[in-house]
Amino acid sequence: MNRSMTLRRSGVVIALAVATVASFTLTACGTSAGNPSSTGLKQATKLGKNEKTVSILAWPGYVEDGSNDPKVNWVKPFEDQTGCQVTSKVYGTSDEAFSLMKSSNYDVVAASGDLTLRLIASGQVAPVNTKLIPSYKNVYPFLKLKAWNSVDGQSYGIPHGYGANLLAYNTKDFATAPTSWDVVFDKSSANKGKVTAYDSPIYIADAAMYLMAHQPDLGIKNPYALDTKQLAAAVTLLKGQRANIGEYWSDYLKTTQSFETGDTVVGTTWQVIKNSMSAKTPVDVTVPSEGVTGWSDTWMIGAKSKSPNCAYAWLNYIASPKVNAQATEYFGEAPSNSEACKYVSAGDCEAYHAGDADYASKIWYWTTPIAKCLDGRTNVKCTDYSQWTTAWQEIKG
Amino acid sequence: MSTESAEKMTNGSSHRASVFLHNHVRVRLALLLSAPLFWLVLVYIAALVALLVTAFWTVDSFTGIVRTDWTLDNVITVLTGSLYQAVTLRTVGIALLVTVVDIVIALPIAFFMAKVASARLQRVLVIAVLMPLWASYLVKAYAWRSVLSHDGIFQWIVQPFGGNTPGYGLPGAIIALSYLWLPYVILPIYAGLERVPNSLLEASGDLGASTWRTLRLIVLPLLWPAIIAGSIFSFSLTLGDYITINIVGGANQMLGNLVFTNVGAANNLPLASAIALIPILIIFVYLTVVRRTGALNSL
Repeated sequence: MNRSMTLRRSGVVIALAVATVASFTLTACGTSAGNPSSTGLKQATKLGKNEKTVSILAWPGYVEDGSNDPKVNWVKPFEDQTGCQVTSKVYGTSDEAFSLMKSSNYDVVAASGDLTLRLIASGQVAPVNTKLIPSYKNVYPFLKLKAWNSVDGQSYGIPHGYGANLLAYNTKDFATAPTSWDVVFDKSSANKGKVTAYDSPIYIADAAMYLMAHQPDLGIKNPYALDTKQLAAAVTLLKGQRANIGEYWSDYLKTTQSFETGDTVVGTTWQVIKNSMSAKTPVDVTVPSEGVTGWSDTWMIGAKSKSPNCAYAWLNYIASPKVNAQATEYFGEAPSNSEACKYVSAGDCEAYHAGDADYASKIWYWTTPIAKCLDGRTNVKCTDYSQWTTAWQEIKG
Repeated sequence: MSTESAEKMTNGSSHRASVFLHNHVRVRLALLLSAPLFWLVLVYIAALVALLVTAFWTVDSFTGIVRTDWTLDNVITVLTGSLYQAVTLRTVGIALLVTVVDIVIALPIAFFMAKVASARLQRVLVIAVLMPLWASYLVKAYAWRSVLSHDGIFQWIVQPFGGNTPGYGLPGAIIALSYLWLPYVILPIYAGLERVPNSLLEASGDLGASTWRTLRLIVLPLLWPAIIAGSIFSFSLTLGDYITINIVGGANQMLGNLVFTNVGAANNLPLASAIALIPILIIFVYLTVVRRTGALNSL
């Protein structure tokens, strides 16, 4: 991935599709808020003729049309095959994507687990009929119909890939790979002003995961299910970290640059960020002993999509073995299609533990925290995402 | 139809129109004012009112949909929350510092431009001062990001003298913001100095006043409105900034960042609106204070 991604592709939809096929009764109903329950939206039952355009909202590196690297282009073959012209926009945090989806300008969105339920509950995405998507049959079973991509057994999207939030460290400052996240928490003062952390309330889960291992008496069982006391403990830990933070990151180009110049020497990162650093950068990534948080992304269809057929076509295309392999390898994550490993570079599927259900189960996937505790506790009320958001602002101060 | 007769026709109709407008003063006034008034009322005031109103609404915490239930919660949160107080103090502090730094730098430069430099040099200097405004704000902020980096040019220059770059943080943000708004401070002060007659300075000198005394008793009082004008620019521009602090400010937040995260990340437009009231209030107070000094009258 090169620097030219700075010139983020504009997500302006130039032309809207001419006709919506009658079989799609994608009416946007008002939703009862609070619970990610069924929204009254109907899934499609059959597909019609492709419209002319499809607009996609996705993480950087998910919709590559050759503008960043002429050799990396899986949009063109799709356009040739289906006649659907793709416009795309990238985002930096799930919260940003949530705001953008509310504009109803996007037919397709690639959403992580901390976004999916919010999109479903607010009626921004439609149920997806997986029978209309032939590629779905090869998706790893351990990714299907999960809490973050389905509600009451109704699928809301197609799994794309999954990966972990890794610990990046400068090899000049760390002779050996750190084995614990304590280098960004309890021992972060050793690199005061050169520590980074992901700038989103969801990062609180990283602190909670650390506390799971180091303060077992708090009784945290799931970093996304925190009661008031547990959240307070995580906030205290993060406020301690705040004093040593150089900058928080959400713009991946800025964090890449900070690691390259040495202004940041340790902190969370993604594989794709490590991959995009210049080759001489003395930075490596590792999975510390406490485990990792991560993401499992889902391709979803906008409830008010004007091009539902093209949207279905994109979901089928991006989940097909070869394209799934191409896209996930480019981003640096494990593919979701069991056939994809045939197409990726040697060793890549092993590196990301693709298909390893056991490894996949060890990643704490981003999930939207809700009042109903996700770890099954019923005697307490858990803190929800809005409380996490408030807490995050206070941590940053 | 020949071009000549077409011309005559347009001339005839435009003549009739101007006669009509000449005789109907109110119509003329309405036509003249409707466009700017439309802009002012709809685009500016309506947007502000919408902002004010939103501050008293609430948002569904899970779906992020704004609900029009009236509440004072947001305003109370913003007024009493320690986070908002701390960030407000920081923002005002930065804005004041940037203003002071800019005025201190701008005064000698403007004085040299207006009173010392030759007419030719004067023109060159005006262009030089204006030149940074031709470059994008973002490019300049990112340039400062690389200048202030630990392997940037700042470090390279000060290292031989035992210094260190301030890195990304509040000092970095103040440096970058001072740089960004400097032209807006130099120009009004320069224009103000241009209006100070040289004869006054000469008279003061002839009557035995020292240079310093002349500056203090003659130049400064005459220049005061211009300095105030410059300070309004740098102060208000800094107050609303959230991009520069993001790029060179390290982990620090200003009011603009809180508004930004509440609109973008937290999806809480009502709270963002409530926070946006703070800078409006501060500027209002600032302008009131300035008005009391009488500086605005002579602008």
